[in-house]
Amino acid sequence: MKNTDIAVVDYGMGNLRSVAKALEHVAPGKSVVISSNPDEIASANRVVFPGQGAMPDCMRELDARGLRAAVLDAASNKPFLGICIGLQMLFEHSEEGDAAGLGLFKGQVVRFATADMHDRHGEKLKVPHMGWNQVYQSRDQGLASHALWQGIEDGARFYYVHSYYVQPEELSLVAGYSEYPNSFTSAIAKNNLFAVQFHPEKSASAGLQMLSNFVNWLP
Amino acid sequence: MLAKRIIPCLDVTDGRVVKGVNFLELRDAGDPVEIAKRYDDQGADELTFLDITASSDNRGLILHIIEQVASQVFIPLTVGGGVRGVEDVRRLLNAGADKVSINTTAVLNPQMVADAAQRFGSQCIVVAIDAKKVDNQPFEWEVFTHGGRKATGLDAVKWAQHMASLGAGELLITSMDRDGTKIGFNNPLNKAISDAVEVPIIASGGVGNLQHLVDGVKLGGADAVLAASIFHYGEYTVKQAKQYMAQQGIEVRL
Repeated sequence: MKNTDIAVVDYGMGNLRSVAKALEHVAPGKSVVISSNPDEIASANRVVFPGQGAMPDCMRELDARGLRAAVLDAASNKPFLGICIGLQMLFEHSEEGDAAGLGLFKGQVVRFATADMHDRHGEKLKVPHMGWNQVYQSRDQGLASHALWQGIEDGARFYYVHSYYVQPEELSLVAGYSEYPNSFTSAIAKNNLFAVQFHPEKSASAGLQMLSNFVNWLP
Repeated sequence: MLAKRIIPCLDVTDGRVVKGVNFLELRDAGDPVEIAKRYDDQGADELTFLDITASSDNRGLILHIIEQVASQVFIPLTVGGGVRGVEDVRRLLNAGADKVSINTTAVLNPQMVADAAQRFGSQCIVVAIDAKKVDNQPFEWEVFTHGGRKATGLDAVKWAQHMASLGAGELLITSMDRDGTKIGFNNPLNKAISDAVEVPIIASGGVGNLQHLVDGVKLGGADAVLAASIFHYGEYTVKQAKQYMAQQGIEVRL
């Protein structure tokens, strides 16, 4: 039996159709499945780990479906793309509901300070951080950028909707950042893993380019 | 820096995208996917579909439109109109909507906003507030329901705060005094709400020209501006609107 090309991990939190549809759009020849089956995730060639809602609920539902081991295994062994809460869950702990994460990476998930956030025009900044913001790409010693940034302009806008963001302890993980109003980590990369705070599946051409880069990525 | 958003709004009735003047002489505006793609190509930051279907029998027909659009257009899609319960929210999200806007039901049953936010996350729950200036109340703007026909006795600013506290991730503010007038947003109303809540607000109702969009952001404190007719009738493209806003010093996605 042929392996599934791309498995989108389904743990019952939110709508995964958008992610699957965008992947099908950029990879018409590949099989994309939305799956809550650990064996299917284990046998897929690539894994996308999305997430919506609150992190404590996401962690609880992930465990209720027995998916923790399959996700951790995929994150260490095959092309893996985390999106939104799927990025946050990779860390040790979140302020949101004082929840423990998967602990793959050292660091915290913290909330934007709500009071007194202003942009450079003195305008009040809202939480959630919602809309299109610029994403700046980290470059390896000023040389090449990560394969998933290929064909995407440095500073291109991606669509965000979130109130919490990750603070990795290992700064070498940071693959991209945005400003609201201070810099925060919006993409991380390590070996076969890439994870983003924004929603590539809702980010028009820049997002589709990133997903296309992911489905063709050979880390 | 985060960009201010421009959101074209499309009316849907009986499963068709339509345009008309004041709900009269509704005619097909064309293929929903083509319309959505056109706005996407012009640089629309999101799209809102408003179901104005009169009969509840035909309200489910919007699901097909959302499914079609969501498989071809990869920007956020919001759907509103006739959302009565958590189950309606679920069906719209499953069809491919990213956000669902709740209006009359939020007033009749505020708990539904809390339930939907709890179940699906605040990021996908928009509460739409239709407000009108009144002089028979101890406050300036009153919330109306049923398309602006029914007064509720609620202060729009306090109502906005209450909805945000129940879990609305965004508020869509429509001035019933301005809707269809083309004289501009009700900026004092929008500013009062924007200052009173932490969540983003979308200004709606009254856009007649591009300066109105600029004023909505600069005077009304809107995080996003929604407009229908100026885009549908080809007066302006979304791109022209963004270029104008950028010239006026507003951060937009170009």
